[in-house]
Amino acid sequence: MTAMISLESVEKRYAGTATAAVGDLTLEIDEGETVALVGPSGCGKTTTLKMINRLIEPTGGRIVLDGTNVLEQDPVQLRRGIGYVIQQTGLLPHRTIRQNIATVPNLVAWDDARTAARIDELLEIFDLVPELLDRYPAELSGGQRQRVGVARALAADPPVMLMDEPFAAVDPIVRARLQDQFLDIQARLGKTIVFVTHDVDEAIKLSDRMAILNVGGVLEQFAPPETVLREPANDFVREFVGAERGLKRLALIKVGDIEIEDGPVVAPTASVDEARRAVDAAGFGWVSVVDDGELLGWVDRDEFEGCTTVEEATPRPFSAYVTERDSLRQALDSIVTSRTAVAVVVSEGQRYRGVLTLERISKEIVA
Amino acid sequence: MMRWAGALVAQFEGEPVIRWQWIADHLDEVWARGVQHVVLTSSSVAIGLAIAFPLAVVASRRRWTIAPITWVSGILYTIPSFAFIFLLLPVTGLSLRTVVIPLIAYSILILFRNTLAGLDAVEADVKEAAVGMGLSARQLLWRVEVPLAMPVIIAGVRIATVSAISLVTIAALIGRGGFGQFILEGINEFFPTPLLLGVVLSVALAVLADLLLLGLQRLVTPWAAGAGLRTVAV
Repeated sequence: MTAMISLESVEKRYAGTATAAVGDLTLEIDEGETVALVGPSGCGKTTTLKMINRLIEPTGGRIVLDGTNVLEQDPVQLRRGIGYVIQQTGLLPHRTIRQNIATVPNLVAWDDARTAARIDELLEIFDLVPELLDRYPAELSGGQRQRVGVARALAADPPVMLMDEPFAAVDPIVRARLQDQFLDIQARLGKTIVFVTHDVDEAIKLSDRMAILNVGGVLEQFAPPETVLREPANDFVREFVGAERGLKRLALIKVGDIEIEDGPVVAPTASVDEARRAVDAAGFGWVSVVDDGELLGWVDRDEFEGCTTVEEATPRPFSAYVTERDSLRQALDSIVTSRTAVAVVVSEGQRYRGVLTLERISKEIVA
Repeated sequence: MMRWAGALVAQFEGEPVIRWQWIADHLDEVWARGVQHVVLTSSSVAIGLAIAFPLAVVASRRRWTIAPITWVSGILYTIPSFAFIFLLLPVTGLSLRTVVIPLIAYSILILFRNTLAGLDAVEADVKEAAVGMGLSARQLLWRVEVPLAMPVIIAGVRIATVSAISLVTIAALIGRGGFGQFILEGINEFFPTPLLLGVVLSVALAVLADLLLLGLQRLVTPWAAGAGLRTVAV
């Protein structure tokens, strides 16, 4: 990993103020990494972001982007090589969506064919319909505008993208969808992304590393979300990431990442005696019925009364399953809402994988 | 004044309100004065805009200049128009400049204020995103701020044009008043036909100019027309 963006003792002081907006900030951001700048208001997170593309001029230190000191570059040329997304999207109201997306390609004088091909590509990436291209921004929904804003920032394929509260202006449902899409797109494109958010959960969800800033641009911790949640560097970080640290960490761990238990299993053709033995061995009071790897459902111990085989007791389907791609937080939700008090893990085609118990998950919380 | 008014009423007695034949005989003059009216109005508004626009751009960037510019253009605006013309006579004589200079002076305040209001109304996030994408200061002005300020700037041009059309008539006092010549003729000769003709033609010209500028405003802001009408789900 090489550093794509290095902030070296960066400082921003405004004339006539006693304290620096950003004091002495050093931060190295790797190529292809998504970094969240988080912190309370006044922590200088937006100032820091805007110093990278020189919308705000640092008063001290160096910012090196891809090997070059940005302060030695022409700011206009510099900005054309960096994607920039802001909260209110900043789409040009008098330009169509097509013209908006083509802004930077036009500034750097791409020919029309290349720009048109790139727009088609971006429509596909961002799941936008071509009919939108000839509309004006006011004719789009908030979620569409936000996606166009990000597509526009990526139009000239810059290696680095800066985002200032990119998803804060849309409602929570749209925001969650945009965040998921952002993760998918970033997995494909591998850009170096720095984004500012005031929302800890957003930082945890989207970033590879989060930089937690205190008032005056003091870096309190710079680490992957998992580490921040497990080992907060100090009381400030602990307080900032807030309550439910354990639950937030569970959201970061996939079911497939941990070892799961086999759980009590019988075949539909098994005898009731065999099934009762399996139930008692596991101590759950019920047993999963699995036919050649495929999960059919579950049967309570009491339901075997008067039957000879498991099939006769008619297995009931589980009310919820989790897959190996789901998070432990989702598994926990499944546990507390199901009658069986465990999360049943399946893979594609209802293939039975095992079970997750509350004890197993709490081991991850305290780990 | 009162004596004149009384005499006017007396003189007009028995005279028909409009002598159509007189108008038919003077169509050449109607055309020539119309051209003069349009030229005086459009050149003074155009020059006024050429002065007010850069002032507004400077004012939008250096806020401290707003007060002095408004103060000076406000003083120009308050000089009584026909006094202005007579004050200029010794300097510029009976030339068109004597008419155009006061008209320019009156238009500057309106055009300056509207252009500045238009530039100021461009949303900060739009400007920030534009600069963030790498538009230069010049590109920001011409590609973002001016197009977005256009409705308000044209609204200012409409007001300035309509008031200039009305003010041009005063210049009949030095023989360069466009349709105002007819008005003055009617007054001097106690003859209602040219008086009414002059009034009707200037009002008609003002209405026409206003409609044309409104059309222009719609034409240059297609993005404002459909706003909010077509929205599709995410």
